[in-house]
Amino acid sequence: MNKIRKKRLVSVMTLIATSFLGVYLILSALNSNLDYFYTPSEIINAEIPNNKRVKLGGMVQMQSVIRDGTNISFNITDFSNSINVSYNGVVPDLFKEGSGIVAYGMIVDNRLIAENIFAKHDENYMPPNIKIPSE
Amino acid sequence: MLKKLYHQFASPKTYVVLVNKMYPYIFYFSLCIYTIALVWGLAYAPADYMQGNSFRIMYLHVPASFLSQSLYLVMAIAAAVFLVWKVKLAAYMIKSIAPIGALVTFIALVSGSIWGIPTWGTWWQWDARITSTLILFIMYLGLISLHGSFTNFEKADKFISVLVLVGFVNIPIIKKSVDWWSTLHQPASITLTNKPSIDPSMLYPLFFSMIGFSGLIICLVILSSKVQIFNREGNKSWVKDHV
Repeated sequence: MNKIRKKRLVSVMTLIATSFLGVYLILSALNSNLDYFYTPSEIINAEIPNNKRVKLGGMVQMQSVIRDGTNISFNITDFSNSINVSYNGVVPDLFKEGSGIVAYGMIVDNRLIAENIFAKHDENYMPPNIKIPSE
Repeated sequence: MLKKLYHQFASPKTYVVLVNKMYPYIFYFSLCIYTIALVWGLAYAPADYMQGNSFRIMYLHVPASFLSQSLYLVMAIAAAVFLVWKVKLAAYMIKSIAPIGALVTFIALVSGSIWGIPTWGTWWQWDARITSTLILFIMYLGLISLHGSFTNFEKADKFISVLVLVGFVNIPIIKKSVDWWSTLHQPASITLTNKPSIDPSMLYPLFFSMIGFSGLIICLVILSSKVQIFNREGNKSWVKDHV
């Protein structure tokens, strides 16, 4: 490899390294601000002020779903803490006890008044007749 | 000997003669494979235990998303080759891949949105995976318009290559976004280290769809690169006979 090409190769490497370093610094400064939702533990520890809109994500706690007409109330849990969520409207098809859910709404006295409910689905795909492997 | 081979391969003429020969094979092979994958995936693969039939859009969404990132990787390699070795063909490739990359990224975004409605209950959320993919789409568009804004092609090639390399930083971010941050999008089902978390009856058609779709997109890239070569070297005598 001749001298000019070697020099160019070094500049190309420097260019790539600099852009990676720059973006790494930006991302580490943003840190968890890029997270899509908070977990129940994060919300409880952060003591979010009343009437602030947040996205809360976790699992729908087993045996916590109470339906009353179109009103629905349930707990979102991360298995160490849970927060009660109430919502008026149609929940997505994938909403089930034990399934992953993201609720968007206002925190009022450590309860979440949801305006939107989104369902998360995990990376597992299988036919319905196969028994779901227990965790 | 090796040097001669390398110079030959880097010449647009050898490239055009080679791809002209290969084009029909690649096209009909990939068309067959993708048709098989679609019939298999849409009609014969079982419904998913959670999502029912809506998961079947993965036979378009997964190959399109995969290609949106791999095409960018190819562009980044071409950009480095062009900047270091000044291989003209590499510069033509960047210009010809950019619109195809924008197309597959658009397909990935739209198919993802359509998939999102029945599963997530929303077609758009600003989570890390969706946002970084949108940035990739905008970057493809930016590269196209940057190249178009120059009257001097040599200068345009240089600038576009630098921008491709700077933008490459987004590719690992898209890939790892579902691991680094909480997202609405699912984590990867197929990884290099773990067993795929998709049942084989759904996984095999997915592999077929990825091979077939990639082949069809490669055909588009070949066609687009011939247009580039014609535009840039159209005054040369060999071009009339081959392109």
